[in-house]
Amino acid sequence: MEKREVIYRHSGAVRITHWVNALVLLFLLMSGLQIFNAHPALYLGSKSTFDDPIMAMGAVRVGDSDKGVTSILGHNFDTTGVLGLGTDADGSPDERGFPWSLTIPGHRDLSMGRRWHFFFAWLFVFNGLAYLAWSLLSGHLRRDLAPSGRDIKHIGASILEHARLKFPRGEEAKRYNVLQKLTYLIVALVLLPLMLITGLAMSPGMDAAFPLLLEILGGRQTARTIHFITASGIVVFVVVHIVMVVLSGVWNNLRSMITGRYVIEPAEES
Amino acid sequence: MSGQRPLDRRGFITRGLAAASATLLGGCDDLSDQPWVKRVLDSAETLTRVTQRALLSPQALAREYSEADLSKEFKANGSTDPQEPDYLAHMKNGFTDWKLAVGGLVEQPLSLSLDELRAMPSRTQITRHDCVEGWSCIGKWKGVPLAALLEKAKLKGNARYIVFYCADNLFDTGEEKDRYYESVGLVDAVHPQTILAYEMNDQTLAVAHGAPLRLRVERQLGYKMAKYVMRIEAVDEIATIRGGQGGFWEDLGYEWYAGI
Repeated sequence: MEKREVIYRHSGAVRITHWVNALVLLFLLMSGLQIFNAHPALYLGSKSTFDDPIMAMGAVRVGDSDKGVTSILGHNFDTTGVLGLGTDADGSPDERGFPWSLTIPGHRDLSMGRRWHFFFAWLFVFNGLAYLAWSLLSGHLRRDLAPSGRDIKHIGASILEHARLKFPRGEEAKRYNVLQKLTYLIVALVLLPLMLITGLAMSPGMDAAFPLLLEILGGRQTARTIHFITASGIVVFVVVHIVMVVLSGVWNNLRSMITGRYVIEPAEES
Repeated sequence: MSGQRPLDRRGFITRGLAAASATLLGGCDDLSDQPWVKRVLDSAETLTRVTQRALLSPQALAREYSEADLSKEFKANGSTDPQEPDYLAHMKNGFTDWKLAVGGLVEQPLSLSLDELRAMPSRTQITRHDCVEGWSCIGKWKGVPLAALLEKAKLKGNARYIVFYCADNLFDTGEEKDRYYESVGLVDAVHPQTILAYEMNDQTLAVAHGAPLRLRVERQLGYKMAKYVMRIEAVDEIATIRGGQGGFWEDLGYEWYAGI
């Protein structure tokens, strides 16, 4: 029978950039929702078609009372109290997109929201570049994240294992499984860079410097919509990530991302 | 599973996260009021401005669109109906007595009527107007290039900013110092697409959009594009003007460099 074993799982560079990224993304998300609340509607193309947004939040008068309505692709949903309409600190009705409890600052203040957002956007860029440079140079990307041919063949089985919440032990637990590899690759190389590119495409200065940005993304309002959807995707990833961390051994996982050390439980005897 | 009491631990973590986020939220609001936090956050504005200036050649044009791209409804934001008595008087007689004053650090101060401005060389452009709130509209603008006006007025060597004084008072305070104003640096002032527009979508500029004259600075956000421009002043320093931040919205906390 194999023995319980402690391995060094995450390098210092991964641990530091992971936690900086987590903090920075939280600030970016919350200040981003503040900015979104200044005009809680999304469009496609270069310009805003105000009477035909693909998504919008707002309040509508129904009889004697106001209702919060979120419309998505022409379908209206009553989201009173959550999206579109909430209450102020003093209890009076307040038309907005997301609740102020989710934004930075915690009340309507677009200019401060922008300042928080762009400050953390720079940290995001520096941290992300440091991570990518280190991952390429150290071989982290190739060694730990790139799926092998064997991994790819194992996708079906890996999905089944995840669905049954059965986590690998022993030798198998020393590496990321194929779903982890693919997910981390998509987040690090697709979703996070896409946040930056779509963010920059909303800048009139950057659009003049790099007209190709808008050609690729299909116009400034499409870029803004992709920015929102991608951010939502990252939120979904973080939720699933945290659930998986909790289910597969919260202290072991947390410790490995803080000190680097990860306990490998022996494989079950067959 | 390594957790023996997962629910307790999960409960602990959930409560911990809730407490942490409450601290973060409350903390950010308190922090937002601290001068040193503002200074740290402002460092990003400088970084953005310097980076964009480095990436953006002075002559690079904002994208121009076609007639087919024009917005059906071009949203009018900020002041749309100024109530200042002097403005109302001009509006009443169709801006026939109205004159644009160009002064400050210039060799040749000017006072130009709308007809005189229209007689000058003009530029027409179909551009996208990006509001700081997040929306965009596409409009067609015709006006006199600011560079042509500044050339006529002969800018002095020590001029570094062009300040635009406007007729509107968004919060209706009735005070002269609360009227709209804006400023741009010389790079944007002499940019080919920086014009003082008197026509929009082939019509005389409407009051809601800044009649008789509004600024277009196509590589920055909408709030830089002052409406109801009455007077232009070339200066060497903006810190001594009104709130000291270079514009109406800037004095209220928005960035002076609005390229992002």
